[in-house]
Amino acid sequence: MEGLKDVIRDYVTKEYLEADSDPLDNDTPLISGGIVDSFSMVSLKRFLENRYRIQIPDDKATPEAFDSVNKIATLVEEFVAKKG
Amino acid sequence: MAFSDKIRGLYELQLKGIQDAGLFKKERFIHSPQAADIEVEFPAGAPLKKVINMCSNNYLGLSSHPEVVKAAHVGLDVRGYGMSSVRFICGTQDIHRELEARLTEFLGTEDTLLFPSCMDANAGVFEAVLTKDDVMISDRLVHASLIDGIRLCSAMHDTFKHSDMAHLEEKLQLHAGRRLKMVITDGVFSMDGDTAKLDEMAALCEKYEALLLVDESHASGFIGKTGRGTHEKCGVMGKIDIITTTFGKALGGASGGCVSGRRELVEMCRQRARPYLFSNTIAPVVVSGVLKVMEILSASTEKRDKLEKNAAYWRKGLSEAGFVLREGDTPIVPVMLFNAKLSQDVSQALYEEGIYAIGFFFPVVPQGLARIRTQISAGHEIHHLDRALDAFIRVGKRFDILGKTKQDIIQMYGA
Repeated sequence: MEGLKDVIRDYVTKEYLEADSDPLDNDTPLISGGIVDSFSMVSLKRFLENRYRIQIPDDKATPEAFDSVNKIATLVEEFVAKKG
Repeated sequence: MAFSDKIRGLYELQLKGIQDAGLFKKERFIHSPQAADIEVEFPAGAPLKKVINMCSNNYLGLSSHPEVVKAAHVGLDVRGYGMSSVRFICGTQDIHRELEARLTEFLGTEDTLLFPSCMDANAGVFEAVLTKDDVMISDRLVHASLIDGIRLCSAMHDTFKHSDMAHLEEKLQLHAGRRLKMVITDGVFSMDGDTAKLDEMAALCEKYEALLLVDESHASGFIGKTGRGTHEKCGVMGKIDIITTTFGKALGGASGGCVSGRRELVEMCRQRARPYLFSNTIAPVVVSGVLKVMEILSASTEKRDKLEKNAAYWRKGLSEAGFVLREGDTPIVPVMLFNAKLSQDVSQALYEEGIYAIGFFFPVVPQGLARIRTQISAGHEIHHLDRALDAFIRVGKRFDILGKTKQDIIQMYGA
């Protein structure tokens, strides 16, 4: 999906990073790296669900699946594909 | 036997994982009353060591105060040891209501309800007053007990960047359609020692018709000119809808907590909050002790004034010695070390010097922001602080971190 990773990276940067933070790349560990805590992850999940009109069940929205822009993109693509 | 070798092995593996991650917690046994000077057995079986306690929540030095101990003794004699009942069956004594009234007056609210702990107050309050049609918007650094309470509640939840009022306002706008919005914050943040911008938060809540809940556990009794808390310091007494706080820190340090605030919200907790409904409240002996604490604090600001002076003295000393500190003006003074192992090594070296101060690292604090959290008490005298400062300087020299910047320390030890 075109621009998906840019959309995710932009949202994570705006929602979670401080102004003086290092820029993200698509493999930067988000949860295990302490940038996004699992409790605050919910706004990212909600953003993706609204933007791409999908439902990500809680058992799929794990800290592991949300741990980098690349992993999140894979997850979103999976649910968008399921939607047909 | 249900607890088979297979099951035991499973748990042994989990515990080993905690140990391997360096997150295994060990208790240190204190053989004396809680105070500035304590005697500690650590590790288990080691001879007792006299150390200065620089990491307790005994902010006002009331944990072993003779008048509080005496009042607790009288309470024990006159009211007995336990109630053997939850509040609404036959577990409420007149002194429970008396303490609730004293707290209402002290905090400047409309009503108060006691809980077995502030952890319980935070666990119960959200589900009691909110529904699935509502939203909870919390600061990202709120205490774990608030997070647990939020998780137990069916309302939607969202977070905002720590103390970022523009981000909070965005979230209030984003959730404008919800039936009720509740903004949630600590008054004083326990790991950083900074205070919430309650004046700005109260104004935003008024603008967007949101409720405001503040956990004052690290503030009640000493923040603000007369120790009422962060809302006094920020000039918004009477504008906070719900305050939760503990008696397990400055207010005698034993146990117990409360929800205090708007009459109807407190009443909803009395009707619906599960930790209140299904657990005994605090024992009469503790109620009697906290009542004496309230009497002491209402009569004089001497203790919080001394604490303020001690904290300023300590912060100035550390700063002049060349440590990197977290900015703030509360008795929580974090000495920043950034590297997790360094924080543990410095804590150990301080202990050898007779100073008890604990190192914190990820996930308790963010990655790369490990620290020694020092906490000052009105029970400290200047000679305690001078001795502790000497020890910090000796240890700081040994690790070559004095006068160094964050970048220098990270370069030497890693993030």
